[in-house]
Amino acid sequence: MAFESRSPRNSLIVLSLGPTIWAAHFLASYVVAAIWCEKAGAGAELAPVQLLVLVFTAAALLGIGWLGIAAWRHWGYLEGEGPPHDADTDEERGRFLGFATLLLCGLSFVAVIYVALPVVFIADCR
Amino acid sequence: MNEAPASRESELERRRGQEERLRAAWATPKGWRYWSAVNNTEVGVWYTSTSFAFMLFAGVLGLLIRTQLAVPDNDFLSGPFYNQVFTLHGTVMMFLFAVPIFEAVAITIMPQMLAARDLPFPRLSAFGYWCFLIGGIFVCGSIFFGAAPDGGWFMYPPLSTDPEQAGIGADIWLLGLSFIEVASIAAAVELIVGTLKCRPPGMRINLIPLYAWYILVVGVMIVFAFPPLIAGDILFELERMFDWPFFDPRRGGDPLLWQHLFWIFGHPEVYIIFLPAIAVVAMIVPTFAQRPIFGYSWIVLAAVGTGFLSFGLWVHHMFATGLPAVSLGFFSAASEAVAIPTGVQIFVFIATLLLGRVVSSVPMMFVWGTLAVFVLGGLTGVMVALAPFDWQVHDSYFIVAHLHYTLIGGGLFPIVAGIYYFFPLVSGRKLSDRLGKWVFWLMFLGFNIAFLPMHLSGLRGMPRRVFTYPEGLGLEQLNLVSTIGAFVFAAGFALLVIDVLRPRRGQPYAEKNPWNAGTLEWLIEMPGESWGVRSVPHITSRYPLWEQEGLARDVAEGRCYLPDAEEGQRETLISTTIDAHPVQCLRVPGPTFITLWAALFTGGVFVFATFHWWFATLVSGVLAGAAILRWLWTGTAVIPEKPEKDIGLGLRLPLYMSGPRSVGWWAMFITMMGDMAAFASLVFGYFFYWTIHPEFPPADQPDPSPLWLGLSLLLLLGAWALTLAARLRNAAGHTFTLRLALVAGTVLSLLGGAALLLAGWLPGLDPTSHVYPAIVWVLLIWTAVHAVLGAVMQLYCIAGSIAGRLTPRFDIDIWNVTLFWHFMALTALITVAVLALFPMAA
Repeated sequence: MAFESRSPRNSLIVLSLGPTIWAAHFLASYVVAAIWCEKAGAGAELAPVQLLVLVFTAAALLGIGWLGIAAWRHWGYLEGEGPPHDADTDEERGRFLGFATLLLCGLSFVAVIYVALPVVFIADCR
Repeated sequence: MNEAPASRESELERRRGQEERLRAAWATPKGWRYWSAVNNTEVGVWYTSTSFAFMLFAGVLGLLIRTQLAVPDNDFLSGPFYNQVFTLHGTVMMFLFAVPIFEAVAITIMPQMLAARDLPFPRLSAFGYWCFLIGGIFVCGSIFFGAAPDGGWFMYPPLSTDPEQAGIGADIWLLGLSFIEVASIAAAVELIVGTLKCRPPGMRINLIPLYAWYILVVGVMIVFAFPPLIAGDILFELERMFDWPFFDPRRGGDPLLWQHLFWIFGHPEVYIIFLPAIAVVAMIVPTFAQRPIFGYSWIVLAAVGTGFLSFGLWVHHMFATGLPAVSLGFFSAASEAVAIPTGVQIFVFIATLLLGRVVSSVPMMFVWGTLAVFVLGGLTGVMVALAPFDWQVHDSYFIVAHLHYTLIGGGLFPIVAGIYYFFPLVSGRKLSDRLGKWVFWLMFLGFNIAFLPMHLSGLRGMPRRVFTYPEGLGLEQLNLVSTIGAFVFAAGFALLVIDVLRPRRGQPYAEKNPWNAGTLEWLIEMPGESWGVRSVPHITSRYPLWEQEGLARDVAEGRCYLPDAEEGQRETLISTTIDAHPVQCLRVPGPTFITLWAALFTGGVFVFATFHWWFATLVSGVLAGAAILRWLWTGTAVIPEKPEKDIGLGLRLPLYMSGPRSVGWWAMFITMMGDMAAFASLVFGYFFYWTIHPEFPPADQPDPSPLWLGLSLLLLLGAWALTLAARLRNAAGHTFTLRLALVAGTVLSLLGGAALLLAGWLPGLDPTSHVYPAIVWVLLIWTAVHAVLGAVMQLYCIAGSIAGRLTPRFDIDIWNVTLFWHFMALTALITVAVLALFPMAA
């Protein structure tokens, strides 16, 4: 009986890592801002929050970028065929997972930037 | 083929024998025992019909609303009754139609789509269905006694926590819906495990039908989205019944916490409705374009991406609550970002249709309708995602228009498309094409006539939920047009109902695969057999009926896996999650009334509690527990008569697997993720109160006893370690050590639970005095109840070991109980850490 490879690259967890980083970034940014504004008062400056959110953003983008590069390699677009990756082979299954992970990294990357934008434009807790 | 006639004869004989055995194993019970059926072919149809019945009921309520609003100063309905009507309209549409219809359709067609005989837990599906039916009748029936909820479908406190303002209707809403949410989580567990573990051999993760991708994502979303609402319901009901002040600002509570918990559920819920409906479109579009989907991976991106982003949108329902602009900004940004994956899938559908040769048909008409209406709803969604615009239209008819465009465009239209498309699967016959065109145009035009003007009436200032409006505000014509449109829409829907229900004895059965589709559900014979698929094929492509020549014949002639039921048992294949290697032949249980009893008694707990009949509640609870234990004892982890069996094509598979390779372990894992999500919501409540209070815990309130908390943690961690040791020793063959460890573990669990309660009781924490002791008590009781549950499970394993159901080789139960205890230990650790350490740190 054949068992599938336990390679971490071939797992649904890795597929959802990009959006998971987005979720962590989102939650961290929101919680930091909400607690700061509640404790510091409605007129407070956002400077510490802005700094923290930018640090979170840099970390999240780095993480997603690194994952995206790994996914790009896993996809192997330059060496092989492009989508649809619908063949019944280990290789094509791997390429599909790589490609889908890459797409999700792209979406997560953009969404992280979206979520970081408010602290660029909003300077206090009003 | 030049076989001798005699051998062909014997081959036919063999096949007939197989079919007879399969038919006997999967036979639907006759007479009144019909209601003991658990197979997806019955439960799915009941589920679908019941959801539609509730939908029609809520539709009639919608028409009552439109009739009342047709002319200014109307007195067709009284104000208080109008409140009940619109509350119930929204509640029933969301909780008794939009979410259950996804479970109903998925339970009906998923096994067929995966060439599985059934999903892994048919009795769980039946239990979920009965819960849904009982809870639904309870909630809907209330309006006939003038006792329906009347605080709007999201039940905001303080309006609905005040017993003067909101009567028993609010309790019916809270308890009735909590009960139905249990059914939804049960269905989610069933569908996630079904998608991951019940695929046919060879159906790798890159080959599964797009529908299954969506269902997987939505199942996971339910597991994380519904528990926060259950947690909110618990707090809400504690406030209404026992005056614990979670949402009462005079005693430190905050109504906003309810809004957070409700919308952490409520916004993902919109996508829990939308994604499975659009999943139906993802199946219909390739069939009528007669080509594979263009951009399979992009659909996966859309499904998974939307699933995640939808959890970052909830505050956009709270833009007008006065939160800091920067908080609104985060949610506004995420709300705009979710338009990306949502748009991607629309473009994938359009591209597939452009590249194919589109065959015109009624399902396709509804797909066009979906695209048109949903895109409009999506665009107004992008508008209201901007906080300043939202402030202008908040709580106006603009929002009513927006939400109906998204839910009817993104939910109802695709579901109706699916009804036309999948009807032959269920009944063997097609619905009428001629009537179908009428249905479509009446619904499409009626819908737009009804809801397009609401954008304008909203912009002109008409608030939602008013029961009437005066003349001269410029709202008369718009409302009259809306009402006419609503009746046109309803006429279209009535026509659909007539077409579904009319007797069609004279109508011939449809031909096999009537739409020339490519996916496995169309392997079914017309009319179908209750075994679902005759034999389970090996899959090598995304559209096997198009791309694997001879597949349909091989399946029908029983030349693939599992073509027989030699032992007269119901069986289906279990495979690995990524590459779908077959690893187990799973015996699934057959008809039983025990699930109906379990649901009735569980329902009794919720119904009796609504009326504060505590003794009846207690009795019902004990009976529910007994029914569930009996169900588990007689129907799960059954030891097979032989270790493995030949499933055809030279493959032998084990009949019993435990631990992470068994479906039961997965179900426990997923259930506990949901349990942790509810627990996390309660812990969130604790820290929410810390955030909003300058001093929390308040100085004048006693803290729970750190000593007793520490002791309870030690006891519970001891119980956890003993359970783990019991499993390991049992696997090594030491049955006696298993029993000994579990007896000690049971004692420690119960003592640990008691110590938790003492930690709150001894210092005299009074939950009605302030929100701090109230939230502490909730966490203590939550953890103590789990400890008692853990003790029941330990006792169950001891009994199983003595009865010979749990042995060193057959050890599913102790694996699953240990898994529960891992989560239990984490729960105890977090509870104690928060309650004991946080007051010291703060």
